[in-house]
Amino acid sequence: METQTGTVAVKRGLAQMLKGGVIMDVVTPEHAKIAEDAGACAVMALERVPADIRAHGGVARMSDPEIILRIMDAVTIPVMAKCRIGHFVEAQVLEALGIDYIDESEVLTPADEAHHVNKHNFKVPFVCGCRNLGEALRRIAEGAAMIRTKGEAGTGDVVEAVRHARAVLGDIRRLQTMAEEELFTFAKEIDAPYELVKETKELGRLPVVNFAAGGIATPADAALMMQLGVDGVFVGSGIFKSGDPAKRAKAIVEATTHFRDAKIIADVSRNLGEPMVGRQVNDIPSAELLAQRGW
Amino acid sequence: MNIGVLALQGDFSEHIQSIRRTGGEASEVRLPRDLAGLNGLIVPGGESTTIGKLAVQYGLIEALHDFGKTRAIWGTCAGAIFLSKDVRRHQPLLGLMDITVQRNAFGRQAESFEIDLDIPALAREGNGRARPFHAVFIRAPIIESVGPGVEVLARLENGSIVAARQGRFLATSFHPELTRDDRVHQYFLGIVGGK
Repeated sequence: METQTGTVAVKRGLAQMLKGGVIMDVVTPEHAKIAEDAGACAVMALERVPADIRAHGGVARMSDPEIILRIMDAVTIPVMAKCRIGHFVEAQVLEALGIDYIDESEVLTPADEAHHVNKHNFKVPFVCGCRNLGEALRRIAEGAAMIRTKGEAGTGDVVEAVRHARAVLGDIRRLQTMAEEELFTFAKEIDAPYELVKETKELGRLPVVNFAAGGIATPADAALMMQLGVDGVFVGSGIFKSGDPAKRAKAIVEATTHFRDAKIIADVSRNLGEPMVGRQVNDIPSAELLAQRGW
Repeated sequence: MNIGVLALQGDFSEHIQSIRRTGGEASEVRLPRDLAGLNGLIVPGGESTTIGKLAVQYGLIEALHDFGKTRAIWGTCAGAIFLSKDVRRHQPLLGLMDITVQRNAFGRQAESFEIDLDIPALAREGNGRARPFHAVFIRAPIIESVGPGVEVLARLENGSIVAARQGRFLATSFHPELTRDDRVHQYFLGIVGGK
């Protein structure tokens, strides 16, 4: 019996185990426990949630390993952490810590404006953001084992998450009706490898798990993304910037599972207290938009 | 044969595809009422803490206990944890199988692995033996100990139990639903059919 680790199947497989679930941003071990108790399927260990990164300004980097390790100790569910786009040494550090998944994230300040991390070089799996099908397939070509639509992190405004999910899923639907010879031109148009375009057409979905992220703040937001066709949701600032994080976290988990059942969504949405203070994406100067980071 | 797949969280759609490939009917189960008319149930891989909490919240613990009195249930990975009677920590369990399970027994994701496994109970080939099953283990549990009446179906080379059966109930540490090899699904359909 020969054992193989770090394979495509185990990298993509962990994301498959997260489907139908909610991955929550946490900044302390206490937050991580609240998230796990609420039914999160994984947590993202951070120094600051995206809303605070926005408010704080300056350069946003990988979190202090000490914080990440303490969060890993606090929970039994998988723990993810973010590295900067293209910062392969931050990724090496996170791999050395034993993190379960790395998010090469536009929420942090990019370290390379032309290249993403070559994710094939790692045993730890990566999740990457995208705004459209071409961007998703470029990341998969670089070795991403999971995709999330970017949305606009730290806003509590779901509009960009919807835009990006509709772009990816709409393009996959269009792909279904294309003739084989049209795929070559389409691949060129969206700047994606032909083989992955072909595979996506055959599967009728991305070759990896696809979550939604960026601006999800309510149970109804989460169910909206699920009904649009994503496999699960990331909730960043939406939980721990709200009035009653434990209750809201649990409600978002339940709405994600029962996303087609409006009665349950109505029931879990009652008396959740104050949602995070939102910021309309349309009011944000374009230079401050995080989603346009990444290429 | 109508097989339900518990769809609270995890890779339930992979199981549904596997069951359909083997010629069974498959449907998603999120609430007790979804169990009506089913001949068997699969609890998929996912996060056992998430699945357990949602099962408690929506009245599925009692409903699945009732279901298990007469019908077959198979748990993969998180599902095997959920079927067990003990995981040495506090979390909601069905307790239907007399097995003790250790969660994340190999460590974190870096230790997730693939391996060819001997599962003699699977259908025999021309040479009188079952060909090895390519098994995918993801942050997997092991079955630490089994009670009387539990049959061990597969072990790793170091002796760790990774598949076991107790009458109508089946537990696997790995994920047959992540491969195109449907022999474990066929084996389960055999249990559902009374084998």
